[in-house]
Amino acid sequence: MSSIAFPRPPEDTAAVIALRTEFRAFLDKELAGRSPRARSDNWYGFDRGFSRAMGQAGYLGMTWSKQYGGHERSAYERYVVVEETLAAGAPVGAHWIADRQSGPSIIKFGTEEQKELLLPGIAAGELAFCIGMSEPDSGSDLAATRTRAVRDGGNYRVTGTKVWTSFAHEADWVILFCRTGSGGPTDRQQGTSQLLVDLKNTPGLTIKPIIDLAGQHHFNEMHFEDAIVPANMLLGEEGNGWNQVMSELAFERSGPERFLSSIELLYQVIEALKGIDSDAAQITLGRVTARLAVLRRLSRSVTAMLQSGQDAALQAAIVKDVGAVFEQAMPDIARELIDAEPGPIAASAYASVLANITLNAPSWSLRGGTREILRGIIARGLGTR
Amino acid sequence: MLADMIERLLERHLDDSAQARARGGEWLPELWAKFEEMGLPLALLSEEQGGFGLDPADQGEALRLLGRHAVPLPVAETMGANRLLAAAGLPLAEGAAGLARADALTLNEGRLTGRVARIAWGDKLDCLALAVGDRLYRVPRSGWTVAEAGLALNFQPRPTLQIDWTADVSAPLPHCPLAEGSTLRAFQIAGALEAALDMTLEHTGTRVQFGKPLSKFQAVQHELAKLAGELACATAAADLAAEALARCDLLGVAAGSLRAREAAGSGASIATQMHGAIGFTREHRLQLFTTSLWTWRDEFGGQVSWAKLLGQAALDAGGTGYWPMVTAL
Repeated sequence: MSSIAFPRPPEDTAAVIALRTEFRAFLDKELAGRSPRARSDNWYGFDRGFSRAMGQAGYLGMTWSKQYGGHERSAYERYVVVEETLAAGAPVGAHWIADRQSGPSIIKFGTEEQKELLLPGIAAGELAFCIGMSEPDSGSDLAATRTRAVRDGGNYRVTGTKVWTSFAHEADWVILFCRTGSGGPTDRQQGTSQLLVDLKNTPGLTIKPIIDLAGQHHFNEMHFEDAIVPANMLLGEEGNGWNQVMSELAFERSGPERFLSSIELLYQVIEALKGIDSDAAQITLGRVTARLAVLRRLSRSVTAMLQSGQDAALQAAIVKDVGAVFEQAMPDIARELIDAEPGPIAASAYASVLANITLNAPSWSLRGGTREILRGIIARGLGTR
Repeated sequence: MLADMIERLLERHLDDSAQARARGGEWLPELWAKFEEMGLPLALLSEEQGGFGLDPADQGEALRLLGRHAVPLPVAETMGANRLLAAAGLPLAEGAAGLARADALTLNEGRLTGRVARIAWGDKLDCLALAVGDRLYRVPRSGWTVAEAGLALNFQPRPTLQIDWTADVSAPLPHCPLAEGSTLRAFQIAGALEAALDMTLEHTGTRVQFGKPLSKFQAVQHELAKLAGELACATAAADLAAEALARCDLLGVAAGSLRAREAAGSGASIATQMHGAIGFTREHRLQLFTTSLWTWRDEFGGQVSWAKLLGQAALDAGGTGYWPMVTAL
């Protein structure tokens, strides 16, 4: 029997409802005056001030131990904060990666010294992280990674190139996925490790921008040339990098960020259709809302699984795959209802949001695992490979 | 527990020949009697109402099994009719039952008359739970005749009934029969998609072309992944609709119904395509599920009506009220 269990989502207890209300008020205040166009940047917005305000108010590191600056709240309470942040179009870039996956990885695999050094800063919204995985010749095929770290006394010497590193030019740290083994054909996955690299204080590291098709600078190329990383910045065990990275992915793939990227466009469509009596508008919005409500439910189910320590890799891949189809469909759905010429400089808030979403949407089925990779993972979960 | 009993019963009493007879319009009295013996028509009632007080997860599982086996009897309808009748404080059905909204009926000097279109197995039922305006009527079998034959896409009877009845058993309407029925259908759709995915995995895992099983081809694997996504959505959609129904939230029922219905269409297409020509035959069991999916997605309120209800709510909420509306679904 092939049923893929998605448990009942966590309950909206009085505490959760209160948190949602309180957090909506926080966002109203923090984001007052933020334009629809800026809100449509979604998790590409980067604002240290906003992230610090999140940290000060206790909305980062929510599930972590108080010992490290966390707040010991449930995974579902964190979920509520994350989805509200994204639904409001807040600029989350300065804490996003750190709060979502770098912090949890450090908690799981880090040394006491690393935890004390990094976690309180993340929870305070002071430390921004980025992800050093992809390389020029290693995209979906992560195990083909070439960047190599060689032990040299109390240091690693790192040489290689990482690409598509979002916010490397702004962030403070990167978790670098690299090769530490002998490089024989048998240890494609086993010979890998993760290093914590201080982006601001690493001799031999240069960061160059990669401009995306929307004309924005999020991506970077990171070039390591005999760069020196202290050996005590090895995250987890040498040689265990592959397993560590895989354990991050369920956290990375199932969240509301996988279907809310175009939510601002949906708000603008609704605003633009106000007062217009249109069957087509009603029908389309009904169907879109149904898809969104069900994706939300699936994503909350995965949160319930993560909260109870279950393996949710298959479910997370399904949420991301279905979610990306949903969020990428939004520009065409909008275009079927409303006439407008979108452009980086446009005549209305609607057209300007449509422009930003159209230009950014192609990346949503690439980042965090391409559609093709995810469907392969799902197929394997169904027992076909 | 109940799920195991249903599975065992269906293994023993619903074979392909019984399915074929049902598709010829034949009622399966023995199978019906077994369901009654098990008490399944009361499975959605609380203990105070005379049911078993099952928790929602077990209720959902029972309903999904009816879809998973394409049960060719109005069991889900009877369960839903009984839930409505019990909530209204009216006597329960003594056999199979149907449920419908029938606002076109007229009530004249205590007599209810008019037509009710396309009631599943309408000439085999003991009673109907009919909503007219804000009242629920319990119409006994003597209160109608079959006015017109009708068939569903799964070749099961959907006659139109002529009601002519002294309306002496009624109560205020507890909730809409369309919401009740549409929620039941969402579970059946999820169950039929489970069966369709299983059959598709079985077929693509064993059918060899170009020297390897179909499921080793990436193009096929990606379709299987999409089918699993549709199944996940349909299952979550049915649960969402059921929770909304329990709090009488029509918008949540609309959302769950719509997404389950969408999955019915896309899931049936993928399963059929992956089976190749054999899936397009009457002989292969897949058609029990695809034709049922195509049937169930249009019953108890059409796709357009449900979508307009939810879409208008979105427009009323406006850009700023939309997200709070979504989180309340």
